[in-house]
Amino acid sequence: METRNLICINCPLGCPLTVTLENGEVVKVEGNTCKRGEIYAKKEVTAPTRTVTSTVRAIGGERPVVAVRTKTDVPKSKIFAVMEAINAAEIETPVRIGDVVIENVCGTGVDVVASASLQRAR
Amino acid sequence: MYDVAVIGAGVIGCAIARELTRYTGSVVVVEKGEDVCTGTSKANSAIVHGGFDAENGTMKAKMNVLGNRMMTRISEELDVPFRRNGAFVLCFQEEDRPALETLYERGVKNGLTDLSIVSGDEARKMEPNLSENVVAALWCPSSGIVCPFELTLGFAENAAKNGAEFRFLSGVTGVARGEDGFTLETESGEIRAKAVVNAAGVYADRIHDLLLPHDYTVTARRGEYCLCDKTVGGLVDRTIFQLPTKLGKGVLVTPTVHGNLLLGPTAEDTDDKEYTATTAFGLADLQKRAALSVKSLPTRQVITSFSGLRAHTDVDDFILREAAPGFFEAAGIESPGLTSAPVIGEMMAEKIAAALGLSKRADFDPIRKGVPHIYSLPEEERRAYIEKDPLYGSIVCRCETVSEGEIRDAIRRTPGATTLDGVKRRTRAGMGRCQAGFCSPRVMEILSRELGLPLSGIRKNTPASVLVYGKTK
Amino acid sequence: MKREIVIIGGGPAGLAAALAAKEAGAKDVLILERDVRLGGILNQCIHNGFGLHTFKEELTGPEYAARFEEKVMETDAEVWLSTMVLSLSKDRVITAVSREKGLVTIEAGAVILAMGCRERSRGALNIPGFRPAGIYSAGTAQRLVNMEGQMPGHEVVILGSGDIGLIMARRMTLEGAKVKVVAELQPYSGGLKRNIVQCLDDYGIPLKLSHTVTEIRGKDRVTGVVISEVDDRLQPIPGTEEYYSCDTLLLSVGLIPENELSTGAGVELSRATNGPTVNERLMTSVPGVFACGNVLHVHDLVDYVSEEAAAAGRAAAEYIANGQPERSGGAEIPIAVGGGVRYTVPSAVDPAHMPELLTVRFRVGNIYKNVYTSVYFDGERVLHRKKQVMAPGEMEQVVLKRADLLGKNVGKITVTTEED
Repeated sequence: METRNLICINCPLGCPLTVTLENGEVVKVEGNTCKRGEIYAKKEVTAPTRTVTSTVRAIGGERPVVAVRTKTDVPKSKIFAVMEAINAAEIETPVRIGDVVIENVCGTGVDVVASASLQRAR
Repeated sequence: MYDVAVIGAGVIGCAIARELTRYTGSVVVVEKGEDVCTGTSKANSAIVHGGFDAENGTMKAKMNVLGNRMMTRISEELDVPFRRNGAFVLCFQEEDRPALETLYERGVKNGLTDLSIVSGDEARKMEPNLSENVVAALWCPSSGIVCPFELTLGFAENAAKNGAEFRFLSGVTGVARGEDGFTLETESGEIRAKAVVNAAGVYADRIHDLLLPHDYTVTARRGEYCLCDKTVGGLVDRTIFQLPTKLGKGVLVTPTVHGNLLLGPTAEDTDDKEYTATTAFGLADLQKRAALSVKSLPTRQVITSFSGLRAHTDVDDFILREAAPGFFEAAGIESPGLTSAPVIGEMMAEKIAAALGLSKRADFDPIRKGVPHIYSLPEEERRAYIEKDPLYGSIVCRCETVSEGEIRDAIRRTPGATTLDGVKRRTRAGMGRCQAGFCSPRVMEILSRELGLPLSGIRKNTPASVLVYGKTK
Repeated sequence: MKREIVIIGGGPAGLAAALAAKEAGAKDVLILERDVRLGGILNQCIHNGFGLHTFKEELTGPEYAARFEEKVMETDAEVWLSTMVLSLSKDRVITAVSREKGLVTIEAGAVILAMGCRERSRGALNIPGFRPAGIYSAGTAQRLVNMEGQMPGHEVVILGSGDIGLIMARRMTLEGAKVKVVAELQPYSGGLKRNIVQCLDDYGIPLKLSHTVTEIRGKDRVTGVVISEVDDRLQPIPGTEEYYSCDTLLLSVGLIPENELSTGAGVELSRATNGPTVNERLMTSVPGVFACGNVLHVHDLVDYVSEEAAAAGRAAAEYIANGQPERSGGAEIPIAVGGGVRYTVPSAVDPAHMPELLTVRFRVGNIYKNVYTSVYFDGERVLHRKKQVMAPGEMEQVVLKRADLLGKNVGKITVTTEED
């Protein structure tokens, strides 16, 4: 038996949640006031994921960097590995929203894509 | 070998340099900071005092009255914002009335002819927001307000126009007398000059002691200020002083020439000549005191607070002299130093010229035009500027409406702005209510382009005041 | 020149207003934007979390802005970039300037104020100490990092736990900086729970509630700050000082609607919001001048900005088309606030001119748990809704129906919170 304490992020109430796990399986969620809290707690203790947003170096752009994001969530544990890949990447301008910057970043199956457009420097 | 080396590029050093350029002979201004106007001259009350405050017979009294009279001409020659808005000294209790009368008499003895004592009601009729507790006030119509940055820059730029050189980041570490003059050891190398002027502000005693036996001590007297937004700049039209009482010297409430409202200063002596921090106690105390003068003090409209150091000496008067042959001093220039700067410059230049046997030049040009403040000009003039150069139509600082053209001009002048604060003092970009939140990245870009430096090479003011550390990627 | 609808500001509010005005049939719409591109502050908000209500997906700021920008560009609305509005008069004459066009005077049939807000600065807080480099508002730092690609500091302390401060804690961490602590003056955070968890907890950044910066050290560049605990009157408690060495202090201490142009035109402002007081059509006290977005009141979700701005766009189009009564004066029912409610937008309603359903947005001044939101028409309670929690950082809303008010002779509407 293992317990984990979380704060629910679904609304400003911020319920303190206590999750009980047995062999990696969630057996009990306590402290939540609604169903959304339970769903959040289960995901957060078994497979937490996040969207990573940052910038990459833009070659020949009117600004030196352009905004990027992971197209969907990636495992929380991979955030810094993803950041390393993003820091090493660069993209030719012009850039359009959705342009793929890194395919399948860190083996997550998720692409890093441009989240802003950027013109070439005049 | 220069004829004269002036140590210190504050308002006094720059005024002396400017007046020296009326004469034949070469002038260099040696400054430890990165720009003109980085010490006492940038953080003070910005008042052109009437001259009733200084003790009879002192240099302060004499210089104050003469400086006040000169300010109209100087502000026109040097394109410096200046307004004779008049000043009140408030008396809150009948028992203090004799002190008010003493002040009146002192002013008359100093040569003022425009002073009068008015009742509380009369004062409130002129300034409706004055406190109901005011029972009487001294009224001095010749008192004024000035932009201290522009006054210092005006002297400096006009001096440069007439041939004076400026050496920044050149703190003086040694002064030695040789056969034909002096050698200054500075942080940027040696400078030789036939005469030296010590106008080093709070450091004047240290400069003095590099050459001569210890004679006076300059104590940095710290004054804290709060500056309020222009939306409340009209709270009072005149400068409002308080009569010194047994509770303390009192603080002023005044509009600035640019339409803000200024409160301050406190007065606290410090051993540290660099201690320009504000304190929680000081700021609270000053707001409490300022609140006595007016019906409602707009403390929620404070946009910034700062503190400045006055150069107070144990002599308790201006030290204006030739301390040793060829070694001149303008030291202990605390209030009313800003007011006195024009006449101190004139008088010291005369002394130095006489000592060196310099004669007047025919080609001295007394006129300096400041960076145009396009958006305070009448519409037709503004339009003409923008038609001539579209960069005047590209607004960078939204709070003070400053264009890219003005910022570029400020950087390209001599001596020009090299830092964010240098741009701010010359153009007012970053001085408004958002306190540079929006415009500082843009101003940094313009500085970077004009100076050919990466953004990481741009500073707020001193070489150590790094703004950004380099690229993220 | 004469133009029908002029929108000041091309951020999310201005874009949504322009689009709605065009959709409502306005012929001539002009957006004046001071920056080099549309989108306003969204351009630098590269984190995700925008658009859940509007688009049912999690977009980043630039992505959200681009959706609106594309739609506006499909209309014939005109956009002037790099154009600064210098003044607005009460008869809707706008003076603007740009590098390309020089000084321009525009007589507008209707004006929509959409200038957004600015961040409170260090000066407004009166934090004592030196004034070194390295003190940035969170938004300025965000611009430097996300737009200019510049690193403003390596060791960071953040004052204020508003959402921008929290977002910047994560941004700076991901870019390699060490964020040492976030201090919050209030006993609660003004930011979203989600941001506290995902921007602070994920990275082990401590949040100190009821703490503030009481001294800034370093004469040239910040070398450290002193943080003190505050009492329930928000005053620092002597003896609780703690020193943090850092080279950067970021401030996320509140947003102020930018209404200098509005006041120049004689627009009346609300003391509670620092934005214009508006009626059911989001019209200010100056006829034909409308307001929406953060210049009207500070929002926490851009989706609501878009919604509100669209209403202002429709109202302006209608004003031009029908030449409506400018303000109804006596026919307007004032909306009063009670309980914990600080303000409502709008603050007056004329049933004759309101839409069928009118959203009234409001904020509370403290944290309230298990209280009711109630609406009264004079003495009669017409809405009574329980809420588990309400916080100052979360905008609330109630919807008024035109049918409930029309011809009912209601003298006053009250929006309030109640224990039961």
